[in-house]
Amino acid sequence: MNRSSRWKYLLILTTILLSIIFVTPNFYGESPAIQIMPIKAGKQIDTSLLQSIETTLEKSNLKNTGLILEKFNIKVKFKTAEDQLKAKSIIQNSLGDKYVVALNLISNSPDWLSDMGALPMYLGLDLRGGVHFLMQVDLSKALAKTTDSYVSQFRTQLRKEKIGYYDISKNNDVMQIKFKSKDELKKGKNIIRDVNNNFDFQEISIADEIILKVVISEKTKKSITEFAIKQNLETLNNRVNELGVAEPLIQQQGLDRIVIQLPGVQDTAKAKEILGRTATLEMRMVNEDNFNPAIFEDGNEDQIPINSEIIRDRSGNGMLLKKEVILTGERITNAGPGVDQQTGQSIVSITLDGKGASIFKQVTRENVGKRMALLLIEKNITEIVTAPIIKGEIGGGRVQITGMNNPQEATDVALLLRAGSLAAPMEIIEERTVGPSMGKENISRGVQSTIWGFVAIITMMAVYYMVFGVISVISLSVNLFFLVALLSALQATLTLPGLAAIALTLGMAIDSSVLINERIRDEIRNGNTPQASISIGYKMAWGTILDSNITTMIAGLALFMFGSGPIKGFAVVLVLGILTSMFSAIFVSRAIVNYIYGNKHQISKLSIGEIFKVDNN
Amino acid sequence: MEFFRVKKDIPFMKYSKISAVISTTVFILAVIFIVIRGLNLGVDFTGGTMMEVSYPKAANIDDIRQTLRDIDLEDAQVQNFGTEEDVLIRLPIREGLSIAEMSEKVSAALKTSNIAMEVKRVESVGSQVGDELYESGALAILFVCIGIMLYLTMRFEWRFAIAAIIANMHDVIIILGFFAFFQWEFNLTVLAAVLAVLGYSVNESVVVFDRVRENFRKMRKANVAEVINNAITRTMSRTIMTHLSTQTVVISMLIFGGEILHNFALALTIGILFGIYSSIMVGCPMAMWLGTNQTNLAISNPEIKKENTEL
Repeated sequence: MNRSSRWKYLLILTTILLSIIFVTPNFYGESPAIQIMPIKAGKQIDTSLLQSIETTLEKSNLKNTGLILEKFNIKVKFKTAEDQLKAKSIIQNSLGDKYVVALNLISNSPDWLSDMGALPMYLGLDLRGGVHFLMQVDLSKALAKTTDSYVSQFRTQLRKEKIGYYDISKNNDVMQIKFKSKDELKKGKNIIRDVNNNFDFQEISIADEIILKVVISEKTKKSITEFAIKQNLETLNNRVNELGVAEPLIQQQGLDRIVIQLPGVQDTAKAKEILGRTATLEMRMVNEDNFNPAIFEDGNEDQIPINSEIIRDRSGNGMLLKKEVILTGERITNAGPGVDQQTGQSIVSITLDGKGASIFKQVTRENVGKRMALLLIEKNITEIVTAPIIKGEIGGGRVQITGMNNPQEATDVALLLRAGSLAAPMEIIEERTVGPSMGKENISRGVQSTIWGFVAIITMMAVYYMVFGVISVISLSVNLFFLVALLSALQATLTLPGLAAIALTLGMAIDSSVLINERIRDEIRNGNTPQASISIGYKMAWGTILDSNITTMIAGLALFMFGSGPIKGFAVVLVLGILTSMFSAIFVSRAIVNYIYGNKHQISKLSIGEIFKVDNN
Repeated sequence: MEFFRVKKDIPFMKYSKISAVISTTVFILAVIFIVIRGLNLGVDFTGGTMMEVSYPKAANIDDIRQTLRDIDLEDAQVQNFGTEEDVLIRLPIREGLSIAEMSEKVSAALKTSNIAMEVKRVESVGSQVGDELYESGALAILFVCIGIMLYLTMRFEWRFAIAAIIANMHDVIIILGFFAFFQWEFNLTVLAAVLAVLGYSVNESVVVFDRVRENFRKMRKANVAEVINNAITRTMSRTIMTHLSTQTVVISMLIFGGEILHNFALALTIGILFGIYSSIMVGCPMAMWLGTNQTNLAISNPEIKKENTEL
């Protein structure tokens, strides 16, 4: 009755073998390495770059211990951290600012293991050090921006078609157009439909006012916000790339949030500065028609034309600008600092994309002799950078911005524009930083807790349950082994609470073994033969083990669903730990017991510790 | 070795009235502490900034306070953290100062006054995130309670489910009571511990209830109290061994886990100790008073029903 079928042994052996493969990479340690990536995120890399890096390193006599070419980056391993730092500066110098060179650590496990997908456990930020940011994206601003551009398009189109209307106003994402007659409204509606076919219309006539309400449909709103998030993610990707982080994580969370994890980053101030920049560029016309200097005086705000506003430049001089935005930073494909050949002043030259170039061409053609202002909006401060007079039509999409104070400023502004603008402003709403020394400390704390807890349990079990205790200990060790293998195989993020969960599941996993052992003792107490006791013990304990593990599983799942960050890490380990503990306590320990006792016909006594029997006399 | 040597079943249920008084008193005390003193919620829930900084030599707390006062952060709480060299600084959310700016401002000021200062850890949480974490924490507890009750109703019957969940909530409230009384910091990690206790301590009830059900089958002549007494007595050895093991690990965490895991381990310790008590002296009497008996258990379990008809 206590024999395991061959397939059970086979299953256990296969599982152990697989586990060995996945656990092994954890023991190889890591090498210092540098990682080379193009500054534009997502750009692929070819072998010629690899060769040039190899030659550069050879020339400077730096021995590497391995070059790895991946799709988006090249990694070079070194023996010492000293070589790593030297190589970083040498390669950065030789490649120039088109590439980013970041420091990294790479697992030393042999290639054939990595090729099988066997990698060391993925450590969370609290164990390896780094910064975690949660950013809130203000999507209402993205909607407002779109509505603004719709309103200006309506104005242009209605004027072009000579449709009579009194005024266009907007409130959040609802636009209202006051028409002169019902007939005009009908024509206007068709024109607006041509601008975008996704509006919902509502005609209102109060008293003698004829109003068309234009509402952006939910579907369009969704696509606007989705696009905004997508663009912000892309922008962040480019910005993070400038920081030179080896393995950043940038991910959307929920509807309007973005998580950024930057392992190894220590200069949080710089990281925040680069990530938090919300600079956008806008080009608008200066309102020079019916200009009246009195509007700049206090108390005369009501004289400012409704389609315009006053914006100041760096020295505080105000200018009356039209609200209508001709171009925004989204249309910029490239920007770089430079020097104006004639004046010797620092400038920023920008390149516009196709649509941007054609808009710019048209506007400059129609407005020769007028002033166009370039605005930089940074941290909610709008500032005129320069407002030159348009001398003639500018085609080709190449624009020069003058008015930079010095070369450094030109470089900064160019970087800001090149890194892309944000479709919607963002704010850091959560920050978790762990210093590198803290990460190492945390690992050793978690590992120490696990090891000493494990040792204590082993001793207790062996002393209390003798041979059966040793069997329990073996199955517990197998459990730990499986758990680490599973965590490595799934590449689940291991955090400090996750390490605590490993220790805790060990303590809890022993419950299964204890239940089984106690049950077997019970059956012996009841006068059953040793063989029958084993069989009944396992059978009876099974139901209890299942029940108690499922209830713990429910808690684990709740933690996983509602928890965030490190708590999720705790939950993952807890849930996986329950699964492996059930497998090892039931399959593995049973197989060992059967292997020891199953083939013996007569066993007089089980080595399961002293059993106290109630004396019935 | 056998820890538990009893000749007769211990009449646990005889003491159920006394234990009810004790449990109720402790429970009420815990509630009073929670209401009056309140939980010392960490920045995870309240929002704000927490920084752990470290100095090569013993840190001068007064100097740090003064430095922070100089940059208009007089509401900062500064205290040693674990060792003399480590300092924990807590700052509430400040209008007009984003959480990203806050930590930079503090670290810049401290760095200026002592260049050797090292920032070991920063946790900054905006008030909105704090509220959400608080909310999802409460939701998680609710989810676990409902999940466990549904499962126990399915596997046993509703009386056991209610008894187990009351015993469980008793533990949770007592953990919270301890945290309120001693004003230990309650953060996300501690919440994880509380939820782990919820799942873990229900095990205890399940094991006993499992035995109770089995006993109802075997001990046909015994009354409910006797059945329960026997079930508890016979699972006693397992109870001791299992909890001893888990507690050993938790103690190892208390010793080696450092400050971050300290409160986590504390919550688990309280949870484990009261978990043993509550599953025996709260859960079992509760099931008894709710009217658990052979018939309603048998009806709710098809396996036993079948067996009964065979007999």
